[in-house]
Parts: sequence; C-alpha cells; structure tokens
Amino acid sequence: MWELDAKPVLLWSDALVFMLVIVLCTFFYRLRNDPQTRERWSQVFSSRLGMVTFTIIMVYVGIALLDSLHFRRALASPAGVETTEVFYDNKVTSVLDLMLDGMGDRYERTYSAPLALKSFEKSDMKDEHGNLVRDYEWLEHAGRHLASPADKWPDLLRLTGIALAWGLAAAALVVGLQWVLLRGSAYPWYASWLVQAVVICFMVWLVSVSHYYHVLGTDQGGTDVAYQSLKGIRTGVLLGTLSTLVMLPIAVTLGVMAGYFKGWVDDVVQYLYTTLSSIPGILLIAASVLLFQVYIDLNPDYFAVGMEKADARFIALCFILGLTSWSSLCRLIRAETLKISQLGYVQAAHAFGVSHRRILGRHILPNVVHIILITFVLDFSSLVLAEAVLSYIGVGIDPSMGSWGNMINDARTELSLEPAVWWTLAGAFFFMFMLVLAANLFSDLVRDAFDPRSGSGRSGA
Amino acid sequence: MLAYIIRRLLYAIPILVGVNLLTFTLFFVVNSPDDMAASQLGDKYVTPAAIENWKRKNGYDKPLFLNDSATGLATLTDTIFFTKSVRLFAFDFGRSESGRDITTDVSTRMWPSLAVALPSFALGIWVNICVALMVVMFRGTSLDRWAVFVFVALMSISYLFYIIGGQYLVAKQWMLVPISGFDPDFKPWKFLILPVLVSVLSGIGSGARWYRTLFLEEAGQDYVRTARAKGASEISILFRHILPNALIPILTGVVVLIPSLFMGSLLIESFFGIPGLGSYMLDAIRSQDFAIVRSMVFIGSILYIFGLILTDISYTWADPRVRLS
Repeated sequence: MWELDAKPVLLWSDALVFMLVIVLCTFFYRLRNDPQTRERWSQVFSSRLGMVTFTIIMVYVGIALLDSLHFRRALASPAGVETTEVFYDNKVTSVLDLMLDGMGDRYERTYSAPLALKSFEKSDMKDEHGNLVRDYEWLEHAGRHLASPADKWPDLLRLTGIALAWGLAAAALVVGLQWVLLRGSAYPWYASWLVQAVVICFMVWLVSVSHYYHVLGTDQGGTDVAYQSLKGIRTGVLLGTLSTLVMLPIAVTLGVMAGYFKGWVDDVVQYLYTTLSSIPGILLIAASVLLFQVYIDLNPDYFAVGMEKADARFIALCFILGLTSWSSLCRLIRAETLKISQLGYVQAAHAFGVSHRRILGRHILPNVVHIILITFVLDFSSLVLAEAVLSYIGVGIDPSMGSWGNMINDARTELSLEPAVWWTLAGAFFFMFMLVLAANLFSDLVRDAFDPRSGSGRSGA
Repeated sequence: MLAYIIRRLLYAIPILVGVNLLTFTLFFVVNSPDDMAASQLGDKYVTPAAIENWKRKNGYDKPLFLNDSATGLATLTDTIFFTKSVRLFAFDFGRSESGRDITTDVSTRMWPSLAVALPSFALGIWVNICVALMVVMFRGTSLDRWAVFVFVALMSISYLFYIIGGQYLVAKQWMLVPISGFDPDFKPWKFLILPVLVSVLSGIGSGARWYRTLFLEEAGQDYVRTARAKGASEISILFRHILPNALIPILTGVVVLIPSLFMGSLLIESFFGIPGLGSYMLDAIRSQDFAIVRSMVFIGSILYIFGLILTDISYTWADPRVRLS
C-alpha cells in the first residue's frame, strides 16, 4: 500500500496551512509562561464541554492536515519498455486518500442508496440469454463478495463486529498512552478520551465497511458520498482559518494605528472601514470572485494541473473573504486601543520617552490579543457556513474540489427526484454540523474566559 | 436634529464615492473596456475599429480615472469613472448588459422583495424576543442551559438546510403550500408562508441567543433588584423594566437592517422563485452582468448609510437622554 515512488506536491494552500500551524504553535509556545493566559485557558479546559469540543475540532484539523500532504503517484512503466524516466500520475493524491484505502477510487455509474447492492436507477442491460432488459444494475464495488443478497445484513453485522474490535483495541492503545502521561492532571481528560475512542471506532468502521459497501451511497457521478464528505473537511477547515489569517494583519495594524495615533490616521482608517462595510458583503465577495475567475480564464497557462487552478481559486476566495471582512475586528481593536492608550501606564511610558514602536509592541498589542483570539474562534464557524452559501451562488469553491457547499448545491435537485436522494445532503449536513457546532460551543467558552464583560453568558446571573 | 441629519448625509457622499471607486477598480483591473467591447460584440465581429466604435457609443472611450490630455478640473471629470458615477448619483443606472433598463427593473422588483422581507423581519423579531424572554424567565436553571445549547445547535445549521428541508417537508411531503413561485394577484400569501416561515425559523438560534444576553445584562442591574425588593412580580419586571431598557441595544442591531429589507434575500428569493431584487442580484452575478452588480452595490450602500442615520434618530426616540448634535 505504501508506495515510495511518489513525487510530493506542495499546493499553495498546503504551504499556507502548514505555515499557519507553525505560527499558531509559536504563538502558544510564547504565551505559555504568561500566568493570566494560562489561567484563562485552564478555565476553558476544565469544563467537560471545552474538552469535548476541542477534541472534535482537533480531529477535524488533523484530517484537514492529512489531506494537505499531497503527492503524485509514480506510474508503472508500460510492459516491455525499458526506461529510467519515471512518469507521474496527473491525479494529485493526499495521505488521507491513502489512509482511506482507496475509498475515493471505487466509482459507480451513478446514484446508489447507502449500503445498497443495486443501482438507484434502472438501466439497459443484457440478461443471461442476451435479451435487452431494463433493471437495477448490480453495483461495481458493493457486496461483490457476498454469495447471495440475503447475506448483506449478517455480513454487515460481522464487519461491524470486527471493526469495533479493532477500533476498541486502537482506541485503548491511544487512550492508554495518554492515561499514563496525564494521569495526575486536574483537567477532565476522560471527556476527551471518550470522544477520541468514539472517533477512532467510527473511522475504523467507516474505512473497513467502505471496502465492501458504500456507507453513504454514491452521488450522481458515482463517487462515494462518505469520501466526498471527508474531503470537504479540508476545504472547510482551511477556508475558516486562512481567511482569518489574511484578515488579522490588516485589521490589527489599521485598528491599532487608528486608536493610537488618532488624528488623520484615525480619519482615514474610519473612512476605509465605513466604506467597506457599507457595501453588501455578499455582492463584494461575488464581484471579486467573478473578477478572479475572469483572470483565470484569460491566463489559462499559469496553472499546470487542474488541481492547481482549483487551488488558486480557493486561495483567492480565502483572500477575498479576508480582505472584505476585516472592518468589524478593526473597529473593535480601534476602540480598545483608544481606551488603553488613555491608561496611566501608557501615559507614563510616553513621559519616559519610550518610542512609539516599543509602546505599541509592549503595551498595546498584548492587551488586544484577547480580542484577536475571540474573533479568530468566533469567525471560524461563520466562515465554514459562508462557504456553503457562496458555493451555492456559484462564486465558491471550484466544483472539482470537494466541499460541503458543492454537495448541498447538488442535493438541491436530488431531493425532488422520486424517491428522493437524501444521502448527499445528509452526509454534508452531518460533517458540517459537527464541526460548526463544536466550533460555536468552543468559541462561547473561549469568549467567556477571555472577555471579562461577557460574564453574563454562562454564569446564569 | 435637522442639522445633524444634513451633516450625516453630506458625510455619506465621500463614502459613496469610495464605494464607486472600489467597484470600478475591482472591475477594470481585470476587465478593460477593450475586453468588455470584445465580449459584448461577440467573437465574430471583433475588429479594432468595431471595438473603438463600441467604446465611443457606450462612453468607454475616455481614460479610466485621470485624463492627462485635459486641463484643470477636466482631468478628473472627463473620465469614465466620473461620467459613470455621476449618473449613479442621479439614480440613473443605465442599461444592463442584456439591454434592459436597470431603474425600471429595480422599481418593479422591489415590491416582491419587500413582501417577503418585511413579514419575515417583523415576525422574526417578535418570535425571537418572545423566546428570549421565556428563557430569561428560567435563568439559572438547567432549562436555561439547555435552551442555550439548542440555540447554538440551531445556529450551527446552514441556512441552506433550512430552506431545502422546509421545501422538502412542508411543500413536497405534506403538500401544504406551493414549493416555489410568486403571484402578485392571485393569493400571494400562499407563496409567502413558507419563505417567511423558513427565515423566521433559521433566525431563532442566533436571534434569541443575542436577545437573551441583552436581557440578562439588564437583569443584573440595580433597578431590577429594586423592583424586586418593592415586590414587583417577575412577569412585570420582565415586561415593564427589563424589556424597555434593553430596547437601545436591540435598536442598534435592528434599525440598521430596515432599509436593507428592500434588497431582499438572495437565497430565499432564488430558492422560492420570488422575482425580487435578491434573485435579480443572483442572476446578475451568475450571468456576470456588471452593470447590474455595480448598481446594486450602490443602492445597497445608500440603504446601509440610511440605516445608520435611522439608528441614530431612533436612539433619541427610545432614550430621552440622547441628544443628537
């Protein structure tokens, strides 16, 4: 299964996401000794809800990262031809695809229901006497090992049993290791372990059953829906984080400068964000994406593989979302900076002749970090939701790149079929809902811990 | 007050100029007048002469932002940007790229948009406030905590699921209302029930959660304690004391949206086939009609600025202590 003959491919979005991971790690590493920050984080993690939601988010991030390690497989050289040159597959594969064990390569002709053995639609085929008949076709990759269709449910039960046994063993190993390390910890780790065990069992079950059936059926093009939903994770997670990454420097720089220098700088910054926020957001985003599309169409030779074109569009979307959404954070940071720069210690620093750069770096910036953090977590879920809407409008992710928005978009017409094709929608719904719910609940906890004024949220008055 | 409003209106002008500048730059960075002419003329007839002719006819034969050949003020005014923007300020939106008059389109499509947006808006606020008040009544209990969880869960469902789910269940399975469409003359309410219901339902999560926080903030104030001490019942505290005092933050969030109701909802209108401004925009985006997108951006910005002014005025009405100057 592990072919070493492969050429790594670094898409722009991959590079950016690994950069983001490094930035975040250094950020938290540098903050680890700050007692106030530690106390706030420990408030977040001492609740079971915090542990559970954080673990779920980490699972999603982990899958997204695995799906960001891309490579192109080496093609076997044609028989009889001796050559030293290696040719690489035009299709870009990721480590996640390897771990899913070919789940995405088992195509059917068209729709099939979850765990079905036969196709969803009738098609013309020949029976054993060579006559043309119209019937439901047997699926290419579902239940081929069964002696008779009646064996399906006992077989599924057997597969589930084996998968659960393996999953529990793997979970015991993972959790046991953590238990040894974190035994004495005061945090409710058991909540996290429970989630980990469930996720591991689920994934083992999904991969092993997918070997013989389509757990969530297939879509119109015959692709496994469960596979598509899993591929949507990378798109959702990356969009949510990269857009914020683009937005942060602009919002922070402008906001801090406006609040600190006041005067004409403040006027200019205020003018900028009022102008930007007075444009209906969706129109601005749509117009920008369309323009980028025109640019791609005019310069087709900049992109070697189809995947790179989709990736360029994806990054452009992240940039556009970031560039159009900095105004609210900028406003918050400006207000906070205005307040802080009136405080005694900043005035004292001025009196001592400390340079602007030092005051900004040592006194102002550290005190607006909590706003940045809260915005980062709060915006994440709304960006994931926005992706679906944008893809529906037609200015979102490229259809060749799996995303929940594109799946929902397809599902719209599928529900009006008779009987309705509900599984595409269900797959997108489940994976999206879990991520957004976890992110929303987690962001509530982070806000309660970091924003002293939002105390009314959970304290119950 | 009048002086204040006039000043605010004057402030709006540079902002609108900025909005125009932004849309123009965005548009012309990748799509020069030459490209526009070529795509309008079609592949067959593209000759340099034809392009020049088209540009002259449609007023694109000038420089974009700065005219070096002119003198004085004309360096700024004798440009594509200036001539096209001035017409926007006079609410003359010109013709769309398919040749229809945008001003007429907008004024006829405004009403179906309002017919959906206004009831959704009013009903939405009413429902959200009621739900939030009910939850606040049980503050501190586990019912409150579960309610918050349900709100967050409702928030985490994409808007698209509400629409698709609503259409599937109410219209297709139960066949209570038509799936989509609009008829201004024949029982329009039949077509409006489902869109309004869907927008109200999808808003409950975030709306009620927000109102709950506002009410809880007020519930911690001293005057509430005083009211309780003098023996007022919980119900009367909620409605007589907390609700009126929470009105200011509610107004901030709500009034600014009222003018934008004219713009309609992109998704609702396109899913339910309502011929309003929302679906107009969506069609424009999909057919890459920039004349329409530009006009709609302009109208949207005006309505937003108008909403901000309206918010300030509503403060003086809700809180006698606020004076505009």
